[in-house]
Amino acid sequence: MEEKIKKKPYVKKALSNAGTYIFLSVWAIIVLFPFYWMLLTSIKSYSSYNLEYVPKFYATNPTFQNYLDAFTSVNLARYFLNTFVFTVVTTAIMLIITVLSAFAFAWLNFKGKNVTFALFLALMMIPTELVVITNYVTITNWGMRNTYAGLILPSVASVFYIYLLKENFEQVPKEIYKAAKVDGTSDFKFLLKVLIPMCKPTIVTILILKVIECWNSYVWPRLVTDNSEYFLVSNGIQEIRENGFGRENIPAMMAAVVVISVPLIVLFLAFHKKIMEGVSRGGTKG
Amino acid sequence: MKKLKLKQLKGWLYLLPALLFLGFFMVYPLADVLVYSAEEGYNFASQSFFGYGLYNFKYVLRDPFFLQALKNTFIIVIITVPISTGLALLISLKLHSIKPLKEAFQTIYFLPYVTNTLAVGLVFMILFKKTAYSDGLINLLIKAFGGSAVDFIDGPYWAKLFVMCFYTIWVVMPFKILILTSALAGVNEDYYKAARIDGTRKFRIFYKITLPMISPMIFYLIITGFIGAFKAYSDEVAIFGTNLNAAGMNTIVGYVYDMLYGNSGGYPSYASAASLILFAIVFTITVINLLISKGNARA
Repeated sequence: MEEKIKKKPYVKKALSNAGTYIFLSVWAIIVLFPFYWMLLTSIKSYSSYNLEYVPKFYATNPTFQNYLDAFTSVNLARYFLNTFVFTVVTTAIMLIITVLSAFAFAWLNFKGKNVTFALFLALMMIPTELVVITNYVTITNWGMRNTYAGLILPSVASVFYIYLLKENFEQVPKEIYKAAKVDGTSDFKFLLKVLIPMCKPTIVTILILKVIECWNSYVWPRLVTDNSEYFLVSNGIQEIRENGFGRENIPAMMAAVVVISVPLIVLFLAFHKKIMEGVSRGGTKG
Repeated sequence: MKKLKLKQLKGWLYLLPALLFLGFFMVYPLADVLVYSAEEGYNFASQSFFGYGLYNFKYVLRDPFFLQALKNTFIIVIITVPISTGLALLISLKLHSIKPLKEAFQTIYFLPYVTNTLAVGLVFMILFKKTAYSDGLINLLIKAFGGSAVDFIDGPYWAKLFVMCFYTIWVVMPFKILILTSALAGVNEDYYKAARIDGTRKFRIFYKITLPMISPMIFYLIITGFIGAFKAYSDEVAIFGTNLNAAGMNTIVGYVYDMLYGNSGGYPSYASAASLILFAIVFTITVINLLISKGNARA
């Protein structure tokens, strides 16, 4: 049956198949090449890099000196620690706020709930660029520039994630709630013991999206920090570019780029199915 | 009665943290940005101003830096949104048609999504930059094909635009490919089987079955693509550095931040006016997009 439907001769089919694979491989190379190049450049020594008028596609004398430089001559470890603290604390607070609000919207009845939810949805359309100006002034006036609090506070409430989780909470059958009530379970216990375990996939999705967002955030940290003790990796790399190892020490710069990129790439390779599923379920970037 | 009141209170109690943070960092700023944009001659140090009016908008619209940023942003939008959406569609269709290695390709294509764009932008800068000791890899390639070397980072405007658009497309492709491949995977196989039994040609199958089935997702990508491209900023910083005005590569969002902070900063009123102009543009384009997509859905 299948054979009869296929009208094309075998050879033509094989050729078009090969064409497809070549096309897909070209894009894969375009995607991967920058990663290859940063790894390669990061293990070339400073002198050999500068001697190559035509850059070589392999390293003749691979060295790890650049990685030592990245951690000793600029404060990369500090940027790393800051980003780690920022990511963990922001994500944790965001998650608590999101779970509590989603629970209120999905399971509790109180006056003004629907109006409030509609207002929340309206807030989703407001771009950050519009509110960042006042937030900058607020944080400055509160004397929170160059503090973790100043970095974290404005980005812990996200209407989009509340919406996403509320939708998921609502899919849990009402009967379970009733049964729990009959057993005398309190609302809070129901949330902790029943709802959260049942909606774990969505919560993991939200966690992943927020961690990626935090690790890459650049604009807000740049506004509220000018003391490099509080730089995140994005600001750190910009700082390294402008006054780090000296403009020409590209191999050391690439070592820093590799170090900054590795955590998320490792996370991605370990959980690539979950991450891709999560992003396609409700992710937008930026 | 008392129990009912307690129940009312409980809902609000659960919402309290969200209300506090959203109120402080979203609702209040929203009102405040309108006030700022109307305050003429606002001084950040003394927090005083002359009066209310439209002067800030007039100033911004006459500022050559803003006009340059406006032009750059529109060029980014017009070039990157159609190319990235079209290319993502093509790649997703090809991906959908193969079985072996499909997952490997999908995983590779998604990689740029999880990388720090500021960091990877430096790699692009090195690949395209022409320096005293080397022309850079891309220029050597151009020369190998008989062209002459161009400095893509500090050189002519078109060359800088090219790198900027290229990098933007590289950054936004993962999300689009992912969304389109999942949309394609969701199309019921029976439609294709029926069409093949009828002997329908490949292009016709695409045009009559595949495209209508995934068109909502394509429109979603176009709308979010427009919004994202209008807010372009950090990709530009990644390639050209923080002084985008000097490079002539600033964007509207970049202009807002420069007005707020940095060497030319300290003017929240101008920043507010510019950000409201940006919001008006994005809002208009999104409404137009939605109207077109609705019209298409009806047709």
